[in-house]
Amino acid sequence: MRGILSYGSYIPQWRLVRSDIPKMVGTGGGSGTRSVASFDEDTTTLGFEAARLALRAAPSGISPSALWFTTVTPAYTDKANASAIHAALRLSPDVIAADLSGSVRSSIGALCLALQADAPSIVVAADLRSGLPGSSDESEGGDAGAALLVGEGAVIAELIGTGSSTAEFTERWRTPGEMNSHVWEDRFGETRYVPFGEEAWTEALKDAGLIAEDINHVIVTGAHRRSIKVLTKRLGVQGRLIDDLGATVGWTGAASPALLLGTCLDEALPDKTIAVVSLADGADVLIFRTTPALATFAASRPTNTQAAAGKPLPYGKYLTWRGLLTVQPPNRPEPSRVSSSAAARSVDWKFSLRGHSDVLGTITTFTIDRMAHSPNPPVVFAVVDFDDGRRQSIELTDVDPDEIAIGQRVEMTFRRLFTAGGIHNYFWKARLAL
Amino acid sequence: MSPQGIKDRIAIIGMSCTKFAEHFDKGLDDLLKEAALKACRSAHVELSDIEAYWFGTAQSAMSGIALARAIGVGDKPITRVENFCATGSEALRNASYAVASGAYDIAMAIGGEKVKDSGYQGVNAAAIPDDGTGRTVTAAAMYSMIGPAYAKKYNVDLDELKRVLARIASKNHFNGARNPLAQFRKEASVDQICAMPPVAGMLGLFDCSGVADGAAAAIVVRAEDAYRYTDDPLYIKALSFVAGDGSGLLDPTYDFTTFPEIVTCVENAYSQAGITDPRAELAMAEVHDCFTPTELVLMEDLKFSHRGEAWSDISKGSFDLHGELPVNPDGGLKSFGHPVGASGLRMHYEAWLQLRNAAGEERQIDSSRGKALIHNLGGYPGEMVSFVSIVGINPG
Repeated sequence: MRGILSYGSYIPQWRLVRSDIPKMVGTGGGSGTRSVASFDEDTTTLGFEAARLALRAAPSGISPSALWFTTVTPAYTDKANASAIHAALRLSPDVIAADLSGSVRSSIGALCLALQADAPSIVVAADLRSGLPGSSDESEGGDAGAALLVGEGAVIAELIGTGSSTAEFTERWRTPGEMNSHVWEDRFGETRYVPFGEEAWTEALKDAGLIAEDINHVIVTGAHRRSIKVLTKRLGVQGRLIDDLGATVGWTGAASPALLLGTCLDEALPDKTIAVVSLADGADVLIFRTTPALATFAASRPTNTQAAAGKPLPYGKYLTWRGLLTVQPPNRPEPSRVSSSAAARSVDWKFSLRGHSDVLGTITTFTIDRMAHSPNPPVVFAVVDFDDGRRQSIELTDVDPDEIAIGQRVEMTFRRLFTAGGIHNYFWKARLAL
Repeated sequence: MSPQGIKDRIAIIGMSCTKFAEHFDKGLDDLLKEAALKACRSAHVELSDIEAYWFGTAQSAMSGIALARAIGVGDKPITRVENFCATGSEALRNASYAVASGAYDIAMAIGGEKVKDSGYQGVNAAAIPDDGTGRTVTAAAMYSMIGPAYAKKYNVDLDELKRVLARIASKNHFNGARNPLAQFRKEASVDQICAMPPVAGMLGLFDCSGVADGAAAAIVVRAEDAYRYTDDPLYIKALSFVAGDGSGLLDPTYDFTTFPEIVTCVENAYSQAGITDPRAELAMAEVHDCFTPTELVLMEDLKFSHRGEAWSDISKGSFDLHGELPVNPDGGLKSFGHPVGASGLRMHYEAWLQLRNAAGEERQIDSSRGKALIHNLGGYPGEMVSFVSIVGINPG
């Protein structure tokens, strides 16, 4: 039996209220919210947080033999990003970690590869979706990480059928280095995606030995919103259509299939069929059947709970964090780039706190530094006493300076402190424990 | 730390200090030259008489060459020393040991800093290539954690403590206003100080020391030679130094109300000098008031106040210019300014003036006790270097 052994989702806490957009730029926006990664998060850290939760919930004794990281917006090119996630997860050096990146479809591709492998693999998908101010990509996109641990044995969802349809056409695209995507005239996509979706759907049902009426839950996601609507109606599914989180999180690109599978598995019962339909450069359909193991599976942090939570972020902050608006920083020197050789020597500390990254702590004292250099001043800095007896002085993140108090519980989160000389400085911060 | 010490074996025969200010029109060369020549004049010697130099600068120069070039001396041993904000004191300590050893008969300790050429606010440490996992906050933020910890431990209302801290700054401004070499020469009231914009935690702008350019120097000889140069030398009675191992920030028992490095350092200094009741035996003290909470905790660590009582002693004026034990009669870092490499020597310069009754009418203290303590630190709570010296006008 091959399929999903565990899953983990990470939706950053910040939410852009779409109706705030036209107040500033005069156009765009909409109703609801979208998720926004913090200024110190990128696809590597989002992916790690999801992978960490997936492995925390994994059946005992199972660890991945491979890690595949997939995103449209990698923090590095040339250099792998999967290796940072590998280090932060403290995986063994003989576990291969590589990026399968660049397009929305790369995540479903990585999942298909993992499902074909003999040994357990973890597929880590993350995306930061941006668009020009006022664009629909800006308001409808969302940031998230999602991870699936795939393999044989005690699976919670068994793969029972697949179908794919690949086609070359240019409907949504970006050249490397561009922040935002371009799209072709909307109706063109529909003439491509809908028939490809139907082909893949038919093939997957046949592979699973099912008919559309047998599908209990269906997830339809992808790069072309109009086609998703049309195709969903044509699939003939009588089961439950899984909410795409569009009203709270937005479309999370490469992370979307795994994230929505997470929301489905949060609530699905054993022995139910789930179809994942993904439209990107063709169409891919994966059909799973949940197993009795799902009944006893406890997601580390349910995807739906994360989607429903969140704190509003002013649009100006969003623009600043995305590099679309430059605000006056404190008059302090820019940090120097991290020494690669020094970082390599301390990789176990820098990337995994020598295995202590899951230990909770309590704020013993703290301060707010209005003069320190930060991409998002002021810096909130705390002395934390951890439950294993260690003390560490550490920056806090995802906090409002006014809500911090001595005695609060914190957990560690993997973040990007700053970037200098093109080198991202990854390290840990603390955030209020969830 | 120095178990034996060199009590009364070394004497300071001349000292100097430049005006501390934002010297946008003067370079390090100008400041060093001015301090070196003034020190020679004070000791009635020529530059050519000086056999060796210890030159303290935190980050305005890398080697002895910077001083050699500034003073036009190309054939003498010049050692650059650096030990955070205690750099100036380190220059004096090392020069004193060199002369005590007999290797040299006369040496100069000189320190200088051009802080204001960076274009940034505050004092900024030069970046050493590292793994990027170090502290991300300013010194002000590190010291700001003392206030709430102290208030909690000794059950002092935070608003009251804020005013106590402001009183420290106000006292140092009062003293600095009477010092022609100080950077800030205006008095500031507690209310004015409390109303300053926030910098870090409960600290406002005026809880932080001034940042200035400047230089200071001392010339030392063996005590038996001192009267060949001057009738009123200053004897070095204790030189103590401790470099902590930085474990305080990792120690769950550390509570941010004391600096253990300083406690160890001062106990050794008192032992070297034979002092048992500092508050009664010292005429004055210069202490490292980089931020107001530092001076608060120092009063207890240096044993001027009992634990938990510094805040009330400060409120009572015990450390005012004409209080029981004047602390920072020259205005301290707060008002005199803090050119890192010069500050330790600047502190000794005040002892040099006060114990010899040469501080001027406006701020001359009663120096009859004849001894002064100089405390100079570098680093942060939990991660600190500490220097303490005791000097006196009479041997014995």
